[in-house]
Amino acid sequence: MKDKSQMQHAAGARRRMSDDGLGPNSDIGMKLRALYGAVQDETIPDKFLELLEKLDQVELESNAQATQD
Amino acid sequence: MANDKTTNGPPSFKRELLATLPSLRAFAFSLSGRHDKADDLVQDTIMKAWAKQESFELGTNIKAWLFTILRNEFYSQMRKRGREVQDSDGLFTERMAVHPSQFGHMDLADFKKALDQLPDDQREAVILIGASGFSYEEAAEICTCAVGTMKSRVSRARARLQDLLQVSGEGDYGPDAISTQVTSGPPVS
Repeated sequence: MKDKSQMQHAAGARRRMSDDGLGPNSDIGMKLRALYGAVQDETIPDKFLELLEKLDQVELESNAQATQD
Repeated sequence: MANDKTTNGPPSFKRELLATLPSLRAFAFSLSGRHDKADDLVQDTIMKAWAKQESFELGTNIKAWLFTILRNEFYSQMRKRGREVQDSDGLFTERMAVHPSQFGHMDLADFKKALDQLPDDQREAVILIGASGFSYEEAAEICTCAVGTMKSRVSRARARLQDLLQVSGEGDYGPDAISTQVTSGPPVS
């Protein structure tokens, strides 16, 4: 069982408990973040930007329609 | 916030959605284990989120809100199709090879394999807490479980990962794993 924060070493930017074994110095924590970060750092594919543009556009048009009526 | 395009549209909802996309993709990849699946999930999440944006209050935690939608989407798709991660390894290793990391990409490929072996609830728990940066309270809300349940899932996940990595860490890629650890980062032991 993991209990409330007992360790007091500065856990960097982590605001949660530092004793869950996922902190800045833990091997597993670092690998988790490296794996996650690799995808997070990728450029957002254009198709998502286009999709959002399209959704926005559709909404604008339907709003414009609504105000005309 | 400045409205650049319109007075009646939802520009800041869109902007907040956009800002969350990178971490949403990373979460989708962590859950599904595959890039193609992950992007499908993200696309479905964008559609769902857009359709129900009225139910989101601007200024509240959009990241948690979007993660919840994506997670629900993932599990409803999984119930229909099951989780297939097998064929992702080659592509994954290829993509990791171009990403600068303190770990060798084979090392991370091993780690991903271990992560893929965890039960779903433990995998998502350790990702939300260890990588996505959510508090236990937020993660518990996203997964609709108690905070104590979230804590125990995280600790079981970590223990299981440690087990798996010790077993698979030796032999195969040993020297590579060690040398990458020596060259960067704080001491691990």
